[in-house]
Amino acid sequence: MATGNKSSIWRINPGRLAAIPASVFLLIGFAGPLAMVIGYSFMPAHTFSLLQVPSLENYVSVVADSYYISFFWSLFLASTAVVILFLVCYPMAYGMAKIFGPWANLVTALIILPLLISENIRLFGWVLILLKNGILDGSLKYLFDVSASGLLYTVPSIVLGLVYVYLPFMLFPLVSGISMVPESLKDAASDLGASRWEIFWEVELPLSMPGIMIGGILTFILSLGSLAEAKILGGQAVVMIADDIESAFTFAQNWPKGSVLSVMLIGLSGVVVFLLFRRIDLDQIIGRR
Amino acid sequence: MKDKAETFLELKGLTKKFGEFTAVSEVDLQIAEGEFFTLVGPSGSGKTTMIRLLVGMDLPTSGDIILKGTRLNDVPANKRPTCMVFQNLALFPHRNVGENIEFPLKIAKVAPAVRRERAMALLEQLHLPLDFYDKGVNQCSGGERQRVALARALAFDPEILFFDEPLSALDFRLRKALEKELKDIHRETGKTFVYITHSLEEAMVMSDRIGIMKDGALVQIGTPNEIYNKPINKFVAQFMGEVNTLEVEAAGDMTVRDIKGEGTFEVKSMPDQFSRGYLIVRPEVMKLGPAASGLPNIMHGKFFNDYALGSRMQYQIRSPSGDQWLVERLQDEVFDGTFGDTVALGWRPEDSILVSE
Repeated sequence: MATGNKSSIWRINPGRLAAIPASVFLLIGFAGPLAMVIGYSFMPAHTFSLLQVPSLENYVSVVADSYYISFFWSLFLASTAVVILFLVCYPMAYGMAKIFGPWANLVTALIILPLLISENIRLFGWVLILLKNGILDGSLKYLFDVSASGLLYTVPSIVLGLVYVYLPFMLFPLVSGISMVPESLKDAASDLGASRWEIFWEVELPLSMPGIMIGGILTFILSLGSLAEAKILGGQAVVMIADDIESAFTFAQNWPKGSVLSVMLIGLSGVVVFLLFRRIDLDQIIGRR
Repeated sequence: MKDKAETFLELKGLTKKFGEFTAVSEVDLQIAEGEFFTLVGPSGSGKTTMIRLLVGMDLPTSGDIILKGTRLNDVPANKRPTCMVFQNLALFPHRNVGENIEFPLKIAKVAPAVRRERAMALLEQLHLPLDFYDKGVNQCSGGERQRVALARALAFDPEILFFDEPLSALDFRLRKALEKELKDIHRETGKTFVYITHSLEEAMVMSDRIGIMKDGALVQIGTPNEIYNKPINKFVAQFMGEVNTLEVEAAGDMTVRDIKGEGTFEVKSMPDQFSRGYLIVRPEVMKLGPAASGLPNIMHGKFFNDYALGSRMQYQIRSPSGDQWLVERLQDEVFDGTFGDTVALGWRPEDSILVSE
């Protein structure tokens, strides 16, 4: 400082000062555990200490094992859920952003309301519906003499669970993405000869891409790490990677192995997000650059 | 056959109501091919609704829009052979300059190579560098964006090009330059331009004919000179910037009397059955001080202030009853008076306009 004023040392930038609580919280709640997981992944199998000699032993054994099947199922189920979520949510989001008007608030409330109930309870609700002789099967048998007994504990029932649970995480980013498309651009496209479909394809879809990307990434990451849907609605149908991670930490008491699987899952999510953001430049889409 | 060829766009009793409110009321208008026609009106006069009806973004409540003998009423916007330059330009932010210009051609399924050639030709025609083709539209300046929007509309090759106040957001100097440029492009392309604006000055510079709108109706249609020199009423006269308006009543043949007692004035023409109305004198035809002596129409007031307008000087004179009168002189004939002095204003009978309402 040119003035040499002693009190200036104490004048901390108020922005940084205000960021301290959040930084401390992130350090303890996010960076710390992540570092520990990464640390454990290099420890010998079955140890609970972080102070052993680091090695790649766990990575080698995980790669040699058949965990790729669980990774495959997680990737497949998450991708399927994201695609279905997009197809279900886009028309709904379009209605909420452009058509429903004041009714959009009611729809929002109806979608948020179930979130107040625990996810597991809601999934058990689906078990009662899909169960053999459950609400759906029983009603169909009684009313139409048709059986729908084989619905529960299948791959489609897991996808149903993922779509059901993560719907708001796709819907609301889409609503805000679609709201961002100015009406005058649609008018201009129409004026220049574009049909309703061409307006959608050339103007609305690309300009709502930020919302689509955020909704897609959010639901993909959430589905990739999901556990309850496969366990409650899937039964023994498939094992998702999050299930393997949980078993390694709890049942098998092998923290290093669980850590390796966690690190690989985080890495996988990271690569997918990184690739998507590199391919699609959000700033460029919405014209900030 | 000649009559048919002359009327290119015809509006018959065009009306648009929003509930109880009538935005456009019984408008009859004919526009010739190749004409630069401007609709002028204050905000709320219905000019924006009018242009939305013409391009097909709104449907008329009643009346007809006829282009080259074809009724356009029920033709949706994307099927009409017309197109518009929007007030906010409505350029596609996710497409670069070239893609914006090519948009209507892409929709029309024109081959990419032909599209590019056409876009390049338009860039050249609108004095934009060819390497703008790959530039993002948000990297362009205000004036460049105007040109891109115009190029995109021209690429559509419309029968009529509509403009919804596209220059209103620009600063004064750029606007002045683009007004002339737009008129030059009209001359070059020979297309029919229909422009709307709230600035009669802007309309004057560019238009072949001007239509003045008020409360959803066309008040007067005429060439810029007709609008300027023969305004049909006080509203039209006052729309073209500052004028001196005196409320007068008839006081004999070609004579009117100011109702506040400022004097009795001669006029050269009088509307039929004139009893009471307004005498309008433009600031630039008023003479001040010694120059006013000997003129048939003279008023007196106190010299209150002066304003430099660049090419002209403007003087404010206050009448005994508190009215403000304006006189404008070119810089080479400035008035040299003392503030507070009583001065004479005068004008020739042929320089005043008498209207009934």
